[in-house]
Amino acid sequence: MAPVMFGVSRREVLVTGAVSAALSSFPAEAHPAGGEAGPPAMPVSFKVNGTSHALTLDTRTTLLDALREHLHLTGTKKGCDHGQCGACTVIVNGERINACLSLAVQHEGDDVTTVEGLGTPERLHPMQAAFVKHDGYQCGYCTPGQICSAVSVLQEIRRGVPSHVQSDITAAPQPTNIEMRERMSGNICRCGAYSNIAEAMAEVAGERA
Amino acid sequence: MKSFTYERARTPAEAAAAVARTPGAKFLAGGTNLLDLMKLEVETPTYLVDVQDLALDRIENTGEGGLRIGALVSNTALSADMRVRRDYGVLARAIQAGASGQLRNKATTAGNLLQRTRCPYFYDTAMPCNKRAPGSGCAAIGGYSRQLAVIGSSDTCIATYPGDMAQAMRVLDATVETVNARGATRAIPIADFHRLPGDKPERDNVLAHGELITAVTLPPPIGGTHLYRKVRDRASYAFALVSVAAVLQRDGTGRVCFGGVAHKPWRVEAAEAVLPKGARAAAAIAFADARPTEAARFKLSLATRTLAAVIAEGKAG
Repeated sequence: MAPVMFGVSRREVLVTGAVSAALSSFPAEAHPAGGEAGPPAMPVSFKVNGTSHALTLDTRTTLLDALREHLHLTGTKKGCDHGQCGACTVIVNGERINACLSLAVQHEGDDVTTVEGLGTPERLHPMQAAFVKHDGYQCGYCTPGQICSAVSVLQEIRRGVPSHVQSDITAAPQPTNIEMRERMSGNICRCGAYSNIAEAMAEVAGERA
Repeated sequence: MKSFTYERARTPAEAAAAVARTPGAKFLAGGTNLLDLMKLEVETPTYLVDVQDLALDRIENTGEGGLRIGALVSNTALSADMRVRRDYGVLARAIQAGASGQLRNKATTAGNLLQRTRCPYFYDTAMPCNKRAPGSGCAAIGGYSRQLAVIGSSDTCIATYPGDMAQAMRVLDATVETVNARGATRAIPIADFHRLPGDKPERDNVLAHGELITAVTLPPPIGGTHLYRKVRDRASYAFALVSVAAVLQRDGTGRVCFGGVAHKPWRVEAAEAVLPKGARAAAAIAFADARPTEAARFKLSLATRTLAAVIAEGKAG
């Protein structure tokens, strides 16, 4: 049975949420660039998962809404829309960012990787396979952001980016459990799969060591 | 979000001129704080000038033996730079204590200095806030003030500066370099950069409209043990209740700056003079003029204890 919240089914809540999200980012066609009537719109081009896209967007459109509402890449999730939950994490030019706190027009010429670009159901990325093996999720909503973040965290450790939990700030960071937990703190999981996510990351880090 | 026009500037002077001639214009760098505030309509710029193409993303050695950090150097890049980690450890530590990995990748050095308060009433447009809407009143005074200022506040505002990096910049005596619309540059000591609220809490710092930060410079390294200790409601990804940035020397002298307690990084040189006598003596001077709300009074003892822990860690290290 679907969980019920105040007499409204979870599915109805999700559908209503999707409609309000769609309304909040104006379709560019309705307001041509330079038009007097509508809000300012601009052309922008960037690559997503290796494919080039040219869009004309209301300047207010976030990278997250461009991906979900305009390119229909709905793997990247909208959680808080304020950079507090990490569900929208994508990899831009090799670095993970919150897609909700970035305007699409800031990304002219950029190279964006979303969860759809990491692996496919037939050919999972090693991190996706490790999340499955270690039960790194329950409801799955935060998972695309967790996986994009986890892949980037291992790259950041290999690149030597230090962290808050290092006792010697000049030392090369190691992929320990405490490091994983600190570096993943920008990805919230309300199902509480944190320990399993850290184990999935440890397995992938170990394979590459 | 209110609609706005958007443009990418090609030079710092062009960016400064574009913002200066347009009331309601703002610079956009990483956008991690500004876009959040725009979604809530706390900030409602009509024109954004994106500065990402200004080639201000390098960290260079200065002739004096210090570092010149471009305004657009990301928080991640700055804290990962081996010169910073080796010679200015307090700065690398403070940056890594703030925000999340995603945010540090996008957030810039200049933007970090310019981040706005996290006072809940500043964020809530249904409530009065002199910082957001000058003259509307302060709902924090008499409201939920546990996270707010204990010193340097005024009758119009008890907001705190929320960042971590600036406390480290303050103990390192950094200088903020700017350019204005006429191409004129100025160098602002970090001590003079952030303001106390006084009767103009809407002004966080001394920058004029259209004045663009181009770099932050650090003087030559001063040695010592570099520490940043942050006390917060969870172990990671939360703003400081109290933080202490410190550079401590073997003889017990040093520099300390408190975060989370005031409208600006709180460093009191007279308090540093008694550091060898211990945390209680130093904190007594640093917070002699404290005017905490009842809810925030705990920050005074917390600041003393955090400083004591930092001094102990410095002696152990």
